[in-house]
Amino acid sequence: MTDTASRATRVVAASGRRRRHLGGGPRAGTIVAFLTPFFLPFVLFYLVPIGYAIWQSFRVVRRTGGQYGTSYTTFGGFHQYVQVFHNTEFWSSIERIGLFGVVQVPVMLFVALIMALLLDSPLLRLRSFFRIAAFMPYAVPGVIAAIMWSFLYSPQLSPVVEVLKDVGLTPNFLGPGAVLWSTANVSTWLWTGYNMLILFSALQSIPQELYEAARLDGASNWAIAWRIKVPIIAPSIILTTVFSIIGTLQLYAEPAVLRQISSNISSTYTPNMLAYAVASGNNYQQAAAISVVIAVVTFVLSFGFMRLTTRRAGL
Amino acid sequence: MSNPSTARESRVGRTAAMSLMFLLAIYFLLPIYFLIVAATKPQSDLASTFGLAFSHFDLFHNLHTLFSRDGGIYGRWAVNSVIYAVLGAAVGTFISALCGYALAKFPFRGREFLFSVILGGVLVPTTALALPLFLLFSKTGIVNTYFAVFLPSIVSPFGVYLARIFTAAAVPDELLESARLDGAGEFRTFFSVALRLMSPSLVTIFLFQFVAIWNNFFLPMVMLQKESLFPITLGLYEWNGQTARAPLLQESVITGSLVSILPVIVVFILLQRFWRTGLASGALK
Repeated sequence: MTDTASRATRVVAASGRRRRHLGGGPRAGTIVAFLTPFFLPFVLFYLVPIGYAIWQSFRVVRRTGGQYGTSYTTFGGFHQYVQVFHNTEFWSSIERIGLFGVVQVPVMLFVALIMALLLDSPLLRLRSFFRIAAFMPYAVPGVIAAIMWSFLYSPQLSPVVEVLKDVGLTPNFLGPGAVLWSTANVSTWLWTGYNMLILFSALQSIPQELYEAARLDGASNWAIAWRIKVPIIAPSIILTTVFSIIGTLQLYAEPAVLRQISSNISSTYTPNMLAYAVASGNNYQQAAAISVVIAVVTFVLSFGFMRLTTRRAGL
Repeated sequence: MSNPSTARESRVGRTAAMSLMFLLAIYFLLPIYFLIVAATKPQSDLASTFGLAFSHFDLFHNLHTLFSRDGGIYGRWAVNSVIYAVLGAAVGTFISALCGYALAKFPFRGREFLFSVILGGVLVPTTALALPLFLLFSKTGIVNTYFAVFLPSIVSPFGVYLARIFTAAAVPDELLESARLDGAGEFRTFFSVALRLMSPSLVTIFLFQFVAIWNNFFLPMVMLQKESLFPITLGLYEWNGQTARAPLLQESVITGSLVSILPVIVVFILLQRFWRTGLASGALK
């Protein structure tokens, strides 16, 4: 607030009489004209739906005169939320996504970190080839990635299954135990390169002089990587983790595609699939409550993780 | 440096690093390679020949089948994807640039508050918005039209965030002041001075938004019932769901997937440097 005010006075002072005549900075109308093209759709398509979902999640459908009477909605307090928390399908979707996230996010980010460190080290040749190869999946939409992988999982078509059979293994990528990890693999394939590039960009912005002293002391590349580089890019690692947590909670397209070839994925497999299934059954109030819960859990987890890690790192 | 044990260590390290990276590169490229091979095969060879080896070259026949299936609906989907993703990202980048520029260069009351609202928007899961948007849109009759997907897609809080940092870094105040002293209005100044200086970063913002729209599957799925309005992703998803009943569709799903991702991959590789600037500033947050 004071910052804005002091800057405003500075601008007024700097630009002298003409500016004072205009009343400091561009006229309010001009500023509004710059902001409105973004803020109008932002309010309409971001803020209003959020408000609407929250409002709806506190409504219930009632009927006048028995089961076949006309329906109307009315205030229902926390009824929808109570329903959500009593829904076993909700809890199993949360449990599934939790297991998925606890395994997939660290594995993916670990691989991304190793790749970024190797690309930043003097050990590699063909750097741009590796960078492009890893980043290429980012150009592929989740649906198409899942379609591609579903061919590689399919017992009839997959060359991977064929090779594994030749060495005496009988994998079933779509079985009840495996299908969650087959889904996790699609996410890992899609996002490792993207995360790698964020971490790599952070590594590239570290000034080289920082390593020179360590090198003179005889530190190995390995020691430089883990003792110097990783701690410096910790904020980027935290950022990628938060983005990955958000992504995991939103999982929809990949399991929805794999569901087309595997009976081991139910229509309520992830929280988002559950919300969609509930909405398809015309229970919009319940679906709104599920959406709100997903959004709140996302916020709490990402902020919680940020707080926890920044405090521990003493930042 | 001349120490022989260090030299051996670094040779071992080099080999290990290269092997690991090659394995990972194979992992990332394998599905795309498989798709290329499969798109060149006749449907009958898909199950009967080894998936990673070329057999009878039937790509052109597959392309013909793809583009003539269901009265050429695939071409329609491709056009729709371009409308949603290219046009949507272009409009989105423009409004993000206007807003980010104003937030960076105009001092006004409540500026930081507006900016933190936008930053909060970055964290909102867009899938959580799709269902309430559907209900709101169905009241206004926008559901099942181009606008149902297009309008929400142009909003990118992340784009505004990037536009603000990029403007602050690339557009010097002195230049704006001198344009103003020359009598240029704020919009003139923006279009003739600022926009030109911001243009490399606008490419970055465009790319990020393009990918976000191009990847967004949930929104079109919720909004659209009419097949003629589908983007490619939703169309292929529908086809893929029918392959159990119509196995001949499989080849078109494969060829259609390849046709849809190849141009994007090529553009990505050509515009690589713009990704790095964007990802670096995202990471510096």
